[in-house]
Amino acid sequence: MTQTIPTYTAKDYKSDQEVRWCPGCGDHAIMIAIQKAMAVLECKKENVAVISGIGCSSRFPYYMNTYGFHSIHGRAAAIASGVKTANPHLHVWQISGDGDAMAIGGNHFIHTIRRNIDLNMIIFNNEIYGLTKGQFSPTSPLGAVTKTSPFGTVEHPFHPGELVIGAQGKFFARTIDYNVKLSTEIFIEGAKHKGTSVVEVLQNCVIYNDGCHAMLNDREEKENRTIVLRHGEPMVFGKEKDMGIILDGLKLRVVKLLPGGFAKEDILVHDAHENNPGIHTMLANMRYPDYPVALGVIRDVSAVTYDQTMHHQIEKVQQSASYKTISELIYSGNTWEIKEEQ
Amino acid sequence: MGKKDQLVEKEQVVIRFSGDSGDGMQLTGMQFSDTSAFFGNDISTFPDYPAEIRAPQGTVGGVSGFQLHFGHYEVNTPGDYADVLVAMNPAALKANLDWVKKGGTIILNEDAFTDKNLARAGYDFDPLRRNKRDYQFIPAPITTLTKECLKDFELDNKSILRTKNMFALGMVYWLFDRPLKYTEKFFEEKFTKKPTVVKANKLVLRAGFNFANTIEALPKHYKVAPARIKPGVYRNISGNTATAWGLIAAAEKAGLPLFCGSYPITPATEILQELSIRKDLGVKTFQAEDEIAGICTAIGAAFAGNLAVTTTSGPGLALKTEASGLAVMTELPLVIVNVQRGGPSTGLPTKTEQSDLLQALHGRSGEAPLVVIAASRPSNCYNYAFQAARIALEHMTPVILLTDGFIANGSEPWRLPLDSEYPDINVPFATPEDPNYLPYERDSEKLIRKWAIPGMKGLEHRIGGLEKMNKTGNVSYVPENHELMTKYRDEKIRKIAHYLPDITIKGDEDADLLVIGWGGTYGHLYSAVKEIRKTGKKVALAHFHHIWPLPKNTNELLGRFKKKIVCELNMGQFADHLKVNVPNFDCEKFNKMQGLPFTITELKDRFNQLLEEL
Repeated sequence: MTQTIPTYTAKDYKSDQEVRWCPGCGDHAIMIAIQKAMAVLECKKENVAVISGIGCSSRFPYYMNTYGFHSIHGRAAAIASGVKTANPHLHVWQISGDGDAMAIGGNHFIHTIRRNIDLNMIIFNNEIYGLTKGQFSPTSPLGAVTKTSPFGTVEHPFHPGELVIGAQGKFFARTIDYNVKLSTEIFIEGAKHKGTSVVEVLQNCVIYNDGCHAMLNDREEKENRTIVLRHGEPMVFGKEKDMGIILDGLKLRVVKLLPGGFAKEDILVHDAHENNPGIHTMLANMRYPDYPVALGVIRDVSAVTYDQTMHHQIEKVQQSASYKTISELIYSGNTWEIKEEQ
Repeated sequence: MGKKDQLVEKEQVVIRFSGDSGDGMQLTGMQFSDTSAFFGNDISTFPDYPAEIRAPQGTVGGVSGFQLHFGHYEVNTPGDYADVLVAMNPAALKANLDWVKKGGTIILNEDAFTDKNLARAGYDFDPLRRNKRDYQFIPAPITTLTKECLKDFELDNKSILRTKNMFALGMVYWLFDRPLKYTEKFFEEKFTKKPTVVKANKLVLRAGFNFANTIEALPKHYKVAPARIKPGVYRNISGNTATAWGLIAAAEKAGLPLFCGSYPITPATEILQELSIRKDLGVKTFQAEDEIAGICTAIGAAFAGNLAVTTTSGPGLALKTEASGLAVMTELPLVIVNVQRGGPSTGLPTKTEQSDLLQALHGRSGEAPLVVIAASRPSNCYNYAFQAARIALEHMTPVILLTDGFIANGSEPWRLPLDSEYPDINVPFATPEDPNYLPYERDSEKLIRKWAIPGMKGLEHRIGGLEKMNKTGNVSYVPENHELMTKYRDEKIRKIAHYLPDITIKGDEDADLLVIGWGGTYGHLYSAVKEIRKTGKKVALAHFHHIWPLPKNTNELLGRFKKKIVCELNMGQFADHLKVNVPNFDCEKFNKMQGLPFTITELKDRFNQLLEEL
């Protein structure tokens, strides 16, 4: 008997609920990219669980025609960890904003990554609190003027990539909301990765932080200000493909490719699979205008996952277990019998 | 040859072993308990140890104790005051002297009673001389004799000294005419790869036994005959182990995997530890980064279709507040075990109290009713953990199971249930591909929603912390809907009362005084009531295990008695709870906030006083 393999389109993953994000919000494009990625991955709808915390982006599960859980602020990573550990056959996606993941949920974020639970974490980074109407977030740049920092923030921001790698992250990628094609490609890569994959999406908040990533979206200049990294390819970028990245001592350096000067052979070739996080951290930390901002899969290293290891451990212990049921356990060891009195 | 034995029969005995926290007093106490249990006595035990792992040696703060009560009739508490105290140093004597009966026997390691150690314990006088009229002191050179005994062994000094607790145990075994074979077997099984250690411990144990037999200081020894106990197979069990096993039993009866997301906290940690060992029975344990992640991973596991549990103590329950509200809103089955300790804040981590009752009932944002039940003795933690899981699954609700440090760490013989004594748990799963499935449609009988879990085809749906539209479960801000859903959540929990056993009383149906208790105070309240009844007075005990909802006959039963007293280890939280929920309820209160269980003596005094006022 042949089994029909269901083929899905992005539309199949849309729920009947009205999407309530602001017109022009970057979230719309991200959702389209995730739905497209799921269709390519042929994820059965019933095996997908989308878990979110609180924030604008966390409304996401309601718009997906899969299993979904819109939980409480900061706890999406912990809830998603429970879902995946309880049933490792599920495809578990976590949707969080910069505040949900790195402020109130910072502890769960780093520990989930450290454990390497097989989750697809998508972090919508708009460097602001949108749902509460415009306070600074842990990724707002130093000096950012917001409702709770009218004279500018006095605290240093987290750089998500650096934090992920610092927490032993095995997969980190970055994309930008408007580039649906790139986002789709990266979400597919992240989903295929076994272990916690973190994708930072540079997302525009049209109301409270409009244009926060605009310099990367400039029609004329965007190719000069970003570099899309692909494993095995030289780090060349620019509208004319005439710029590259080299390692100069202990630092990365942007160079111009010129006849008689730096040639393509001099340029670093991206190795996402290298276990040493040194270059990956530098790539993740590249900031405009000193460097192009790195998009694409920056780090993709394989390692054992928490969920698989736990289930293997249980299977192994059970193979040589003395007890198969609770009854066998409670009647084992130091027991004694009181008999009926004669 | 020993002197001529004089064997005296005794009904029951309380022994307290005490020493430095590194002296092995817990092990010593457990060995005496096991031996007595195998011998056929009924027993009840309670360890009493400091929060510090190794407090400064020889100080009162570092004293670790283990009390056990054994008898040839039913034993319900570890006993108020000790007949025999074993004190391994002056600090142990100082910490425990007030808990020894006048005229009691005190065995002490006289080698440790040096001027330096006396000073370290805070004595500026000789406690033996000062108290010699009140107690029978049996000084024994335990350290010297242990060293002498093992002088030919290839053991370092530290290892030799570590066996001196066995010398003390040997003496107590002689005193109560106990066989050594159970403890000998314990060492043989525990140290299979260290024959020298086995030999040394057995030798020292025997030496202590012979020493007690030989010295003239112990004029007689005692026999406590086996108790008349209900026939069956028994084992010793602590409340925390029983809780862990009850949860496993429930998962088995429900046909679901068991998932426990937790964070270590005294005195609940042993539940997580025991469940972590039970990979052989398929248990998944997730030691989370904090209490919040503990409950949140459990909620995730519940969403995914496991029997989900989180375990904690008071401060951890406070941290789980928000997430427990999420479990109420999403109407997922979840068991939250709270092993209560003294509070508020860090409070008294190793001491017992019943002060989280109101936190369990009301400690959530909004109106968020859930089920609260309480176990009342170490062995029935198994049953109430099972019941907590059963109610959670069959009624689609979070359930808080309250135990406390006293019953969690205490142990007693447990008559093992047959597998058939526990019912199957019927999990209200939705039917895959049911075209009419709605996540918040309720059945008319229990008002529960059906559980559709990821992986079930055609039932994809979204849940979350936002208010749900009746039936569809979509987000809803409709005012009337919120009121309807608030009432549904309340009514769903109240309806559970119809599935609970009625509350019954122990004692006189026409009692002049009804004693009311709940949770871990059962043994003391029951013993006090029993002893007063022996004097011909009419008293009864109503002891609650179901705190919310209350058993459906609560109102009727309490109304039958004119004079009532609610006894609890807090300022009167259960009394207040009854006043709110039982019309015209009025009561006396007896409260204790010392981090200690009641004593039967103080309970009897208060009850007798009330009876005389009638």
